[in-house]
Amino acid sequence: MNEIPSAISLGIRRGGFEIRQFSRQRESVVFTLFFPVILLAIFGSVFKDTIAPGVTFSQYFAAGMIASGLVNTGFQALAITIPLERDFGALKRLRGTPMPASSYFIGKAILVTVSMVIQIFMLFGFGLLFFGLEMPTGADKWITFAWLVVLGSSCSTALGIAFSIIPKSGRGASAVVSPIVIILQFFSGVFFIFTQLPPWMQQIAAIFPLKWLTQGMRSVFLPDSFATQEIAKSWENERTFAVLLVWLIIGAFFSLRKFKWDRD
Amino acid sequence: MNAIEVTGLRKSYGPIHAVRGIDLSISSGEIFALLGPNGAGKTTTVEILEGFRNRDSGQVSVLGFDPRNEGHAAREWRNRIGIVLQSTSDSGDLTVVETIDHFSGYYSNPRKVDEVIHAVGLDDKAGSLIRKLSGGQRRRLDVALGIVGNPELLFLDEPTTGFDPEARRAFWTLIENLRGSGTTILLTTHYLDEAEALADRVAVINNGQIIEISSPTELGGRSTSKALVTWREAGELKSEATDNPTALVNKLTSIFNGEIPELTVSRPSLEDIYLRMIGKTHE
Repeated sequence: MNEIPSAISLGIRRGGFEIRQFSRQRESVVFTLFFPVILLAIFGSVFKDTIAPGVTFSQYFAAGMIASGLVNTGFQALAITIPLERDFGALKRLRGTPMPASSYFIGKAILVTVSMVIQIFMLFGFGLLFFGLEMPTGADKWITFAWLVVLGSSCSTALGIAFSIIPKSGRGASAVVSPIVIILQFFSGVFFIFTQLPPWMQQIAAIFPLKWLTQGMRSVFLPDSFATQEIAKSWENERTFAVLLVWLIIGAFFSLRKFKWDRD
Repeated sequence: MNAIEVTGLRKSYGPIHAVRGIDLSISSGEIFALLGPNGAGKTTTVEILEGFRNRDSGQVSVLGFDPRNEGHAAREWRNRIGIVLQSTSDSGDLTVVETIDHFSGYYSNPRKVDEVIHAVGLDDKAGSLIRKLSGGQRRRLDVALGIVGNPELLFLDEPTTGFDPEARRAFWTLIENLRGSGTTILLTTHYLDEAEALADRVAVINNGQIIEISSPTELGGRSTSKALVTWREAGELKSEATDNPTALVNKLTSIFNGEIPELTVSRPSLEDIYLRMIGKTHE
């Protein structure tokens, strides 16, 4: 009698399965991977000003696009597709196998991370070629970028899985989730310059991870001289790390405790 | 040891008593069918045995394990069972072989993927996307995913709903083959001919209780019940219930001096017995 496979190895197996499944859904692939590029193209063509010496709006916006890409591919995609899988009965079937919940979650995290990496490469490519995007310089910027992507996508994945408990049906999920994400994007300084938003919007945004992810990405893509123009007159990267970590823990807790495999 | 052992099982949803004290023993290697109308408590009972639902009271042992438990022991247990649910579908963007191969990786001693595909008769469709399969073919894929882990115990919930007659016969052969390999099977079905063809024993469940457990041929005193002889006489359809149908037919033969108009001799079908047991009759 062989041992049953470990949760980690099954998680990696799930990741491969999820990626293969995702890659065959052409509409989702195009939407997920090209959407940020299309938005960058639109905003980059409309707003051609510089918002500070040496800082174009495109540069500011690219930081916001990568941050909200993490929210779209993680939180939004999972909070919509998991209730659909539940409606199909696919989750109940998985529940009846020796595959543990943690493997399912690891698989989702792998899918989110891989599509995020592809999305970032596309944004970099198009940004460099057409919109004069300037790459971060210095190892410390890249280190910050790396932990922001890893922590941000884990946090986004965990919250998407946790939020999937809320919609009653797959059909209703998108109607619940999409407005939340769009409003958060407006409030968090993705489409507008954060400091120009009304204070109440800034305060609401500061509760949620997207504002911190966006600010963290600005610390990577904008010159350090721009930090003085932030609300706190600094990048506050330690605080960003803490906020994302707290949300990751909250998301993971509800995912593991309350995940719903079945409709009723 | 019995594969399934249930005593005094109870489950309520608010004021509704779905299961009201069920006792059940299913031996290893047996094919056991659970019959009952919708809302009788069938699904609740089976879902408690499968570990999908909690019970209010009673003892449950499935392969020596209480399905209420979780954690690593539950994974070890799920490694030994297979579940084919009533309705499952998915995005269908993967092929039959990709899907079965993926699921086989969940188990410690899976069956060979091509062997499973052959067993459910999907050889021609192995490379097809699931989305392109017919309803019956999808159902066979469900069964394939239920048996790929080489289970000691298989739960089959309404396995042939939506099958054409030919596909049902093919499916029955598949179940017979599983019996040959020693798999214990708990089958719930609406089709009484299916229960009759496959099951060693059937249980009829109604209003959350088991009315009777016996072999399909003996259920409700079927094997000893009277035969019904009907024929036409003087323009009128006549019928008589008798323990000696042969003698009656002989008598009629001499009365009519040859062919008896519109003669039929019938015993109650499993369906007749079943409908009588759950308090319903044919039209």
